Amino acid sequence: MDPTSRAFIENAHAGLANPVLRRALGIAGTGFPARRAEAIARLPEFEALRDEGKAIKDHTIAHLDFYLELYEKNVAAAGGTVHWARDAAEARAAVLEICRSVGAKIVTKGKSMVAEEIALNEHLEANGITPVETDLGEYIIQLRHEPPSHIIAPAIHLMKEQVTETFRASHTELDPARSITEAPQLCAEARAMLRPQFLAADVGITGANFLIAETGSSIIVTNEGNGDLTQTLPKVHIVVASLEKIVPTLEDAATLLRLLARSATGQEFSSYTTMSTGPRRPGDLDGPEQYHVVLVDNGRSAMIGGEFQEMLRCLRCAACLNHCPVYTAVGGHAYGWVYPGPMGAVLTPALIGIAEAGHLPNASTFCGRCESVCPVRIPLPKMMRHWRERQFSQRQVAPAYRIGLTYWAWVAQHPALYHALVEIKARLLGWLGGGRGRFRALPLAGGWTQFRDMPAPEGRSFHALWAERQRAKR
Amino acid sequence: MAEPARVALLVTCLVDLFRASVGMAAVKLLEDAGCIVAVPRAQTCCGQPAYNSGDKEDAKAIARQVIAVFAGYDYVVAPSGSCAGMVKIHYPEMFSDEPAMRDKAEELAARTYELVSFLVDVRGMKRVAAACAQTVTYHDSCSGLRELGVKPQPRQLLASVEGLRLAESPGAEICCGFGGTFAVKYPEISGKMASDKVADIVATGADCVLAGDLGCLLQIAGRLSRAGSPVAVRHVVEVLAGMTETLPPIGVPRGATGE
Repeated sequence: MDPTSRAFIENAHAGLANPVLRRALGIAGTGFPARRAEAIARLPEFEALRDEGKAIKDHTIAHLDFYLELYEKNVAAAGGTVHWARDAAEARAAVLEICRSVGAKIVTKGKSMVAEEIALNEHLEANGITPVETDLGEYIIQLRHEPPSHIIAPAIHLMKEQVTETFRASHTELDPARSITEAPQLCAEARAMLRPQFLAADVGITGANFLIAETGSSIIVTNEGNGDLTQTLPKVHIVVASLEKIVPTLEDAATLLRLLARSATGQEFSSYTTMSTGPRRPGDLDGPEQYHVVLVDNGRSAMIGGEFQEMLRCLRCAACLNHCPVYTAVGGHAYGWVYPGPMGAVLTPALIGIAEAGHLPNASTFCGRCESVCPVRIPLPKMMRHWRERQFSQRQVAPAYRIGLTYWAWVAQHPALYHALVEIKARLLGWLGGGRGRFRALPLAGGWTQFRDMPAPEGRSFHALWAERQRAKR
Repeated sequence: MAEPARVALLVTCLVDLFRASVGMAAVKLLEDAGCIVAVPRAQTCCGQPAYNSGDKEDAKAIARQVIAVFAGYDYVVAPSGSCAGMVKIHYPEMFSDEPAMRDKAEELAARTYELVSFLVDVRGMKRVAAACAQTVTYHDSCSGLRELGVKPQPRQLLASVEGLRLAESPGAEICCGFGGTFAVKYPEISGKMASDKVADIVATGADCVLAGDLGCLLQIAGRLSRAGSPVAVRHVVEVLAGMTETLPPIGVPRGATGE
């Protein structure tokens, strides 16, 4: 998808003015954190597990070449093929080539953020292949031609009523008089619509939550079982995954799985945790005839050895989104690309450039709640600050802001002048605002006073009063 | 109580400009805790606006000044979790590639504290001699809470204030939306976060909201008064120092006691 991150402020405005989004995020912003907190309270070793998870990912990234090659070897040993894709175009081309080689017309898809990142659906459609999203949330937004607004709950910006409208508008072959106002009815309808697609699909595409180097396996976690049908029924299974999904062993994956579901949805484990290793073997009752993995770099390897390397630990659990007061205010679409919230504020500039995504690392109060819940302790605020440093040093900051900051910093390094100016300001603003105790409008502070009053200073600076007090004592 | 200590007050730029009374309350509480308080004149700001705007060079220059100004005191104490966190957590980080400065930054960090946690954790203060017959709610400012672990200390001291009742808000740990320059760079989002915060505060039924950081308090007071709410706003040290009878709340004019 084409990024609209440059329009973050306008996007956010639209989100704040959208009553459906307000209701939806009101529920999400309290429900996810509460469920996570309950799940963690039941696991006393959770903090130690976070350290272990961080260590596993750090070790893997430090030896990424080794584990990726080991993984490729083991995928091949199990009868599968790894396709290395340096960028989105190579990844799209690899998937398309596999689909064409089997004459695919319908492709089912499990939920995959990296497939969104490489804009896979658009590419398949442009080449005459029909992608069918099978995750319920993805299915809904595919019908609505919308991008996901959350990395694990893609349709979180919608309420039940919008889903009803969407199904009525899309499933025109069904009885218009049917009742689909309740969630179970909507689920049943989606299931009925999807079942023939699962059976008709020539290729199934899934993402991966983990790739296991020692076995060449991939793991997906879902709550709907759609991933299993996607990867088991068609003749061909394609796993699309980014490089940093790799972990050394099954045991490492088990450790990270214990962190993932609790952090994401507050579950101890997702309903389905599915492992796949190569195509169907002789004697297997089911499984695909071909097993392919498209390993996507698309900017990740460039993050190694730099300020953003730690971002490669990310498990895509979305805890940082769910706990972010900015995300839960503006919603995921405001961020203008695939990855929203704090993890997106760090990752998106690395993938599409800081010039394009410049707002994202700035739209944070550095409240630190994201870092405090991250299962692998990614220092998200620190990395957002690194992006700001890069913008400042590359002069990608508005000139007025830059000049103002430089002037302020110069004054702050001249204490006598600084104190004199603060005393003048305290007296002036105290005098002007003293009557009401606050300002409803202030020159040069319109951004502030448009949405709240500015309390007036008391009228004297602390340092001036303190100096007087010290003189009186003598 | 512990031995007398020489404490330098890091006033913070917001207290200096907006609310000198918070500084005076801090001095009183520190003296009550047996400290000899100094206010180094050459201090201005901790440099956080530059640091968080990506202007690392200016932030470092200001940090060097702060490190020099506060050398030699037993402790450096700020009535702000944000500014104390800047010195304690971010100064050492900032100089990670300059070993000599890093050592100095770490030495300063080790003796720098947020005021209320200093009183309780370092000076062993158990109670204050203050009265305030109000229901209050407490907002946990982000840096104090998540960088410095300020959470039980203000509650412990508030529990000793005569007549005071604490009504906790379930959203006490959620950011108020101030965020320094965020409040003016993204005013609409900041305003929305303030509205949510204020709704949580009003729902507690409290007469007054307290916090340990003036930035948050300006944001909350500004939003409450714009919404026409009668809930008063104060820095927690004003209550702990027993100043509520004589000092109007934030955003209430002089001459009004305003409660």
